[in-house]
Amino acid sequence: MESGTWSAGRECGSWELHCNLVAKLLAVTIIVIATASAIPIVLHIWAPPPDISLHGKLIDQQMSETMIEAGICFLASQILLGFFIWRYSNRPATEKIRSLPGGARGLVVAAVVVVGLEVMALGAFGTRAWGAIYFTPPSPDALQVQAQAGQFAYYFRYPGPDGKFGPIHPEKIDETTQNYFGLDTAKDPDSKDDIVTAELAVPVNREVQLLMHSKDVGHSFFVRELRIQQDFVPGLDLSIHFTPTKIGTYEIVCTQLCGLGHYNMKAYLEVMSQEDFDQWLKQQAAQQ
Amino acid sequence: MSSRPVQHRAAPAGFLCKYVFSTDHKVIGQQYYGLALLAVFVGMVLSWIMRIHLAWPNAAIPGLQLLPKNGAPGGLMTPEYYLQLMTMHGTIMIFFVLTTAPLAGFGNYLLPIQIGAEEMAYPRLNMLSFWLTFLSFCVAIAAFFVPEGPPLSGWTAYAPLSALGSVAGPGEGIGQVLWAVSIAIFCIGQLLGALNFISTTLDLRCQGMSLMRLPQSVWAWFITSYMTLTAFAVLMPTCILLILDHVAGTSFFVPSNLVVNDQLQPQRGGSALLWQHLFWFFGHPEVYIAIMPAMGIVSHVLITNLRRPLLSHRAVIYSMMAIGFLSYVVYGHHMFVSGMNPFSSIVFSFPTLAITIPSTIIVLIWLGSLYGSKLRINTASLFALGFISMFISGGITGIFLAQPSLDIMLHATYFVVGHFHLVMAVATLFAVFTGTYFWFPKVTGRMMNEALGKIHFWLTFVGAYCIFMPMHYLGIAGNVRRYQAFVDDFMQPLLPAHKFITVPALITGAAQLVFLYNLIHSRFRGKPASQNPWEGTSLEWSIPSPPPFDNFGGKLPVVYHDPYQYGVESTAGDYVMQDSPEQISSVGGEK
Repeated sequence: MESGTWSAGRECGSWELHCNLVAKLLAVTIIVIATASAIPIVLHIWAPPPDISLHGKLIDQQMSETMIEAGICFLASQILLGFFIWRYSNRPATEKIRSLPGGARGLVVAAVVVVGLEVMALGAFGTRAWGAIYFTPPSPDALQVQAQAGQFAYYFRYPGPDGKFGPIHPEKIDETTQNYFGLDTAKDPDSKDDIVTAELAVPVNREVQLLMHSKDVGHSFFVRELRIQQDFVPGLDLSIHFTPTKIGTYEIVCTQLCGLGHYNMKAYLEVMSQEDFDQWLKQQAAQQ
Repeated sequence: MSSRPVQHRAAPAGFLCKYVFSTDHKVIGQQYYGLALLAVFVGMVLSWIMRIHLAWPNAAIPGLQLLPKNGAPGGLMTPEYYLQLMTMHGTIMIFFVLTTAPLAGFGNYLLPIQIGAEEMAYPRLNMLSFWLTFLSFCVAIAAFFVPEGPPLSGWTAYAPLSALGSVAGPGEGIGQVLWAVSIAIFCIGQLLGALNFISTTLDLRCQGMSLMRLPQSVWAWFITSYMTLTAFAVLMPTCILLILDHVAGTSFFVPSNLVVNDQLQPQRGGSALLWQHLFWFFGHPEVYIAIMPAMGIVSHVLITNLRRPLLSHRAVIYSMMAIGFLSYVVYGHHMFVSGMNPFSSIVFSFPTLAITIPSTIIVLIWLGSLYGSKLRINTASLFALGFISMFISGGITGIFLAQPSLDIMLHATYFVVGHFHLVMAVATLFAVFTGTYFWFPKVTGRMMNEALGKIHFWLTFVGAYCIFMPMHYLGIAGNVRRYQAFVDDFMQPLLPAHKFITVPALITGAAQLVFLYNLIHSRFRGKPASQNPWEGTSLEWSIPSPPPFDNFGGKLPVVYHDPYQYGVESTAGDYVMQDSPEQISSVGGEK
């Protein structure tokens, strides 16, 4: 090795104490950060608002099970990392390198059998919650409401007494005349009794089928309490169904970046008793 | 393997040929690194502005009105300008930092040396790759200076918002076209670079350098190059289609009958979901294009500082290959609630969960190799250990996002922001720092300052956790991302957490100036480094620091050993160099 140059191989040399300290400090820091990170989760300091849907319990269950399994993996691996750093840093030259009993083969088997199977099983279990929403068709007597998303507002349409939605004529959409859906009430008899509103009111404990239509770009329908998030895709009319179980007012927010007013695009979901809902629908019909 | 006769070659004399339009892979590697360094500071300043605005939405930010395009009159951010800065932050960081530094930067400098080659397979093509990347960066930055400013559609540029033109929002006209042109050029640069990496690795290895004798870093660059070749080959035509939608009146991504601002749009028959499929077919492998070279760098540096080989060299390489393959069949997990067939969500969910297996194998092998090692603590190894911690934290939250049922609650929230920043951005940057502190003596012939390096490490390590861990909690509570202000009733109680995040974000950002100072100061004033300051075994440590123009001084090395012969008894100490004919008496680790 050239003289006068700095060799870091034994860089600890006179710094040995310092290096030991740094290693121990890192070990402690990793363990403290990992433990501290788990505290808000364990204490439920930040949590989603209580569920108000029939299917939401499955999602919440899946979330806590995943949290427990992921939490154990997280804490175990971070603590092990910290412990090994503490134990094996800056060992004296006289000590020998030792190999982990079981070697790489043991670790690969552990990764496949323990972690792999656990995670796959978790995923398989989670398909129940997904299936409850997406693989079960809405019941035939579900309340149908059409939701239309546009920059940067939601509008909702109820079919009225005839139970039919009139067709949308995109060229007739005009916000200045409040024809948000582009209805032609003069020509389309089905449109005549349609009720257009700015809030989504639904009766409690009745299944709702939301027919989702976007008039311009991508948007989303996210109600945290309802455990529902679904994008609006322009050119692709989707439907989603849910049963709210608790009377109250909840925020509907947009989660798909849709332009400059994205942050402010929201509406309210009003879950009412059947009587209040009937009353509300009458009032809205009168205002059309 | 290479059997060409080689002769000593001297560096070209002219300044332009030597430093600017150089075909030397070492200069090109440094050019990529320099570009990434410039880009990372631009991207970081953008994130500072966003964080300040999120914490104090009504406060004027001094100097913001001076930015091009009057998006912030009087220093007060407009909603569209926030989104424009956010788009550029993502674009600059993902393309010009996370793709550029670990793969093109370190790979260009080190790959030929570590395989015992005197050059890349196609040096001129290599130069073209860099200058295309540089041009692409200039085009992206130019978007700041056009009248409406950069696009506001995010780095993912979801159609039809990105394809409708300026009617969809500020920056969606010329700004979005510049963005697409920039990314298309970037793709060409990366494709050429990947071809070069693959050819070089396959053709120019020196005598004795079998594939399994390649260091972990080379394997990572090699596998990543295959991913680059396929992923960017999809993104480039996707961007071209987007450009055509803007300038040629086509309608690839715009469906019929859209009404924007009360105007019926003329486009017909395009598909909004088509963009998402094409984009994420690139976008998910892209995550691994960033993280895999980082894993390779960390493995390489860690082994040197553990003074032992990994428990299994092969298991890590095969795991990286598995990750590379799986990355193409998991992309749909970005689209669980996008409106694609819900059955597809289940199909995409399982490979996503399965990718946990190779990732866990790699992490366990790192941990298992730490066991019984003789870990040396220096700034490089600190960052490597920090990388492992970040990779674990960011990786584990992926288990949540891989499940469609949980994605209903977590999609588009700060949980996702926290997740990808930890696992992709912070972890990859930790690997870039690891590589920088480790190879700086080789590149410059001088050591970086260890005391400053450790200050940099502590501020960055603790800071990054303080920034990104709370984002997970916010996401669990339902805090939506990509909002310029949190006006929803629901999010009001979460505002203090946003204020908390902003403080470490500013401090951690400022800590990077310590790194920048160390980099520049050590370049000129650092202590002179020996040829092999870390007592490494791979070929880069067998040549002078800095290496001569033709790497091995007119001859090619011959390799006798696997790359990591540490923990042995030899004349040098506890290691045997790859090109040393010395017999090895005892080896710890893989049998």
